[in-house]
Amino acid sequence: MAQPNEKPSGGTSLPLAIDLLNINKRFGDVHANKDVSLQVASGRIHGIIGENGAGKSTLVSILYGFYTADSGSIKINGVSTPILNSADAIAKGIGMVHQHFMLVPNFTVLENVMLGHEGNLRIDVAAQHTRQTLEKLSADFGLAVDLDMIVEDLPVGLQQRVEILKALFRGAEILILDEPTGVLTPQETEQLFDILRALREQGVTVLLITHKLKEIMAITDDVSVMRAGQMVAHRKTSETSPPELAELMVGRKVLLEVDHSPASPGKDVLVVEDLCLDSPGGAAALKDISFTLRAGEIVGIAGVSGNGQSELLDVLSGITPPTRGGFYLDGRYISGKTPANPATLRDLGVAHVPEDRHKRGIVLPFSAAESIILGYSAASDEGEGWWLSPETLDTHCTRLMQDFDIRPPNPKLASGNFSGGNQQKIVLAREISAQPRLLLVGQPTRGVDIGAIEFIHKQLIALRNAGCAILVVSVELDEIMSLSDRILVMNNGQMVGGLARDEADERRLGLMMAGIGADEQGTGASR
Amino acid sequence: MSSPHDLPRWADIGLIPLINLLAALVVSGIVVAIIGENPIEAMMVMIKGAFVYKGSLGYTLYYATNFIFTGLAVAVAFHAMLFNIGGEGQAYLGGLGAGLVCLMFDSALPAIVLLPLAIMAAAGFGAIWGAVPGYLQAKRGSHIVITTIMFNFLAASIMVWLLAGALKAPGQMSPETRVFSDNAALPFIHEIANAIGWEMARSPLNLSFVVALLACVGVWVLIWRSRLGYAIRATGHSADAAEYAGIPVSRVVIIAMAISGGLAGMMAINEILGVQHRTILNFTSGYGFTGIAVALMGRNHPVGIILASLLFGALYQGGAELDFEFSTITREMVLLIQGLIILFSGGLAYMFNAPLARLLAMMLKGNRQTEARHG
Amino acid sequence: MADLWLQFLLTLDATCRVATPLILCAMAGIFSEKSGVIDISLEGKMLMSAFAAAAVASLTSSALAGLVVAIGISVLLGLLHGLASVTLRGNQVISGLAINILASGLTVTVGIAVFQQGGQTPNLARDERFRPIELPLAEQIGHIPVVGTIYKEVISGHNILVWTAFAAVIVTAIVLTQTRFGLRLRAVGEKPEALDSAGVSVAKTRYLALIIAGVLCGIAGAYLSTAHGSGFVREMTAGKGYIALAAMIFGKWQPRGALLACLLFGFLEAVASRLQGVQLPLIGEAPVDLILALPYLLTVILLAGFVGKAMPPRAIGEPYIKER
Repeated sequence: MAQPNEKPSGGTSLPLAIDLLNINKRFGDVHANKDVSLQVASGRIHGIIGENGAGKSTLVSILYGFYTADSGSIKINGVSTPILNSADAIAKGIGMVHQHFMLVPNFTVLENVMLGHEGNLRIDVAAQHTRQTLEKLSADFGLAVDLDMIVEDLPVGLQQRVEILKALFRGAEILILDEPTGVLTPQETEQLFDILRALREQGVTVLLITHKLKEIMAITDDVSVMRAGQMVAHRKTSETSPPELAELMVGRKVLLEVDHSPASPGKDVLVVEDLCLDSPGGAAALKDISFTLRAGEIVGIAGVSGNGQSELLDVLSGITPPTRGGFYLDGRYISGKTPANPATLRDLGVAHVPEDRHKRGIVLPFSAAESIILGYSAASDEGEGWWLSPETLDTHCTRLMQDFDIRPPNPKLASGNFSGGNQQKIVLAREISAQPRLLLVGQPTRGVDIGAIEFIHKQLIALRNAGCAILVVSVELDEIMSLSDRILVMNNGQMVGGLARDEADERRLGLMMAGIGADEQGTGASR
Repeated sequence: MSSPHDLPRWADIGLIPLINLLAALVVSGIVVAIIGENPIEAMMVMIKGAFVYKGSLGYTLYYATNFIFTGLAVAVAFHAMLFNIGGEGQAYLGGLGAGLVCLMFDSALPAIVLLPLAIMAAAGFGAIWGAVPGYLQAKRGSHIVITTIMFNFLAASIMVWLLAGALKAPGQMSPETRVFSDNAALPFIHEIANAIGWEMARSPLNLSFVVALLACVGVWVLIWRSRLGYAIRATGHSADAAEYAGIPVSRVVIIAMAISGGLAGMMAINEILGVQHRTILNFTSGYGFTGIAVALMGRNHPVGIILASLLFGALYQGGAELDFEFSTITREMVLLIQGLIILFSGGLAYMFNAPLARLLAMMLKGNRQTEARHG
Repeated sequence: MADLWLQFLLTLDATCRVATPLILCAMAGIFSEKSGVIDISLEGKMLMSAFAAAAVASLTSSALAGLVVAIGISVLLGLLHGLASVTLRGNQVISGLAINILASGLTVTVGIAVFQQGGQTPNLARDERFRPIELPLAEQIGHIPVVGTIYKEVISGHNILVWTAFAAVIVTAIVLTQTRFGLRLRAVGEKPEALDSAGVSVAKTRYLALIIAGVLCGIAGAYLSTAHGSGFVREMTAGKGYIALAAMIFGKWQPRGALLACLLFGFLEAVASRLQGVQLPLIGEAPVDLILALPYLLTVILLAGFVGKAMPPRAIGEPYIKER
């Protein structure tokens, strides 16, 4: 098992482009980076892999001067330097391609590259010089882009190229790429890798941040693994494997075995057929999703976050209408042409525990009693007419707080003042007490303490036993494995396969999650 | 708009508005001193003018009535995170609604029917004038701040055109309607008081003050006790959560703006039905903008709005006294104070939050440390 | 017929004069809003500057001194707005509104204290104002039909500040499209992160934009009281700052579009005042008030998306905070 701060094997003789020692960064209560150390050898492609929230983005933001570390030291090319802002970072030869592009949408490529480093007060003069420099760079690194195109008209892959050009134009010798392939098609990803190899040829050091195992294996020379704010391992890519990395990424948590009597599923509740969703940019977020969910069973959807699970939940809960295809809910067909909003779906017996409870699940300034009726506040719901009596709300809330062990049991306390676990229990209490036929759950125990996790899992099993159909989306493989009767795996917007409970193990699932390994591993589980 | 940072709730609601007021008064005092008068003396004159002299309380409350209506209007819209700057125009058109009803029916209907009808018309016209910008924001993405500003001017133009034209009293030069008959007048409070044997000085304070207070209760019930109010607040705090909950966000926006406009429209009844007994030009006199200051200080809550309206009513009435007693100071001093209050409580809002939070933290930490030592 | 033509030319002449403060304030608005800061306080800045210019011109007998002080005052107000909007990240709409109300109160209060004329400044003498400039050969060429009369009536005879306004449009356009500062300004209103990640200060760029806006509003105010008029009268801006705002939006935040909008709105106002009391065929008395309302109505129609889209700078009104 990897030790934190382990030095990269066999790389110490090479000069170090980046040498971070014991970087710490806190945001309020959140300890985003805990004693993180990292050594990146010069002229190599180094990957940093970890789940969402592992702290990768914070670390590179510190490198790029967006944040200042609370403690720890930074050495660039052997020289100890504080990096106080982006101008410092750029001056030190560090360039960054952000996950969300820093491009002005209605500027041309040329204008975007020039911005901030024009070299002249007059744009026309600056443009000329920039063009010359860019022509040379394009040739050197294979980064052909039409300089006069408006950036927002470019496909995402080309926009990314502009970001790379920008960094090189500013003299970057160290290029950081933060989750670069999330928005790319497979072809564009290959093109990006060609560019990265060309950069390496020219002596540029590349730092690649990603959560995709496939990419690490395909392009990096070295890899470091982060988990929960800490650096947990370093490896030479040639000396490791996806399963080992998956295990390091996800970690071994206390496996809470929930009393899981076998399911006796009833009739079909949800039938999803060829569901497709295109994101506003045009890329496909969901591709031909088909599966069935029966009453009294829990189906878990495993997958690294960002592979379409969030979009699937949004569609099934009525927040986003599908682009093509649709799903049947108790005989009613919901599609792009016959959409249904969340209120209608609630009437049809669908309940939804959203992935992001702060954004959607509760209203932080509302009291607990008010949050606990979110989604159930229309006149047709329980209670009389237009009047919301605080006594009724408080009684209702107190009862739910007792049933679901929500602490402190104070209905008047602002929702934002409850701990993460108790906030989640508020959401769960609300959705479960509506006695739904179908419960959609996203990340049920994200940011929740151990005790609450156990409670929440028990609640879900109990609900299943009462005949509800439950769909659980989670990035925690342990959770999926301990809860689900059947497991489906999503990768890149598609269902890549499924396993029944007794067939599933981490290794097989991990490979599916990485997009490696095919449907032949499953046996009739993705019906 | 004003997130409490690390401030405890009582400090945010109680202390910060007071600090803002103090800052505004201090700066105004400096201006007074610069123009050569004694700020303390000016302050005393204002207070006496607002509360002490005979009839002054009545005047103060009469002004406050206007501000309660326009303040409630801004507050309701603000609970949906909408910025209604159109109170002036909505109130103006409210005056048109009330005026039209009175002009058409004041000889046919008794007061007991006519007055409620006129009040409803005032609210209705104001509601429409608020709902249209609301619709444009919800369905077409037009920024509500700009549209409501434009609608203020449109209202002014329409009123000028009507009052100087079609609605002008026959045989008269000034742009206003004819005087309504007596049954179209809201009774003065001092008349009611005198009738039941209670001595009260003359003032323009009329029954619309009671309507304003009822409106406060109504708004409180709406926002905090009704399902619609719940939907409005949810939309205002988090459109994402509202969407998740299946709340029809567009519809809520339009309804909130309609209610807001209706409340502003009702401001007209104080002036038109209570005092002027005819529809005149410019009776809104900037009260719509004062409503913004009132809502800001009153933290968008009816109780706060009543208190802030009292404050501004006192400012306006005290300002009139200042104008009377000092040759160098006019009612525009009130505008100055009002502008400073809005500046400190809105634009420079966070100026005091951070230092105050630190001060409180230091004071509280001192307590906590002593507690810890005692185990 | 010739009389109609002359009337038309005189209206155009009036249009230029009416449009001048609109143009200056619209350009000011473009600088602010293109940098991402909502600026409703054009009205207040113009009012304060008008007062300052007239007051100083009266006290020093120099219109130029008045202009300089007016610009200074307006810049100070712009910096105040910047303090609220950029540094303190407060509500930009409220800050702008507050400045307007403040200006209404402060101008009269100080005016009475200094001049004791109920808020007005004393009437300015001829040499305390900006005088019309007759262009060379105007009298002689004036006889030539069409070209000559246009030269004499419409182009010649304006004071320096009118010319400044039109020049301001050209300068604004050049600064925005041809200079480094203009590029950065436009970037910071669309995507401030792009500028920040390039190592350039978002706050500094916005403050600079607000200062420029202050200068332009200062000139507009000075024009009103020391060129167009002969002294300050309370509330003399009469909503022109808001019309300028409308013109800026109508012109889609572009200098040329805003200029055309200002000229259109100015033309409407000039026509309205000439039609005062005039009986028109069919309609009866000219609906002057409705004509004056057209700028606002047109802006609403545009905002509602009925005549093409009016897209403000993407990042407008959002205080810039680094994302987590």
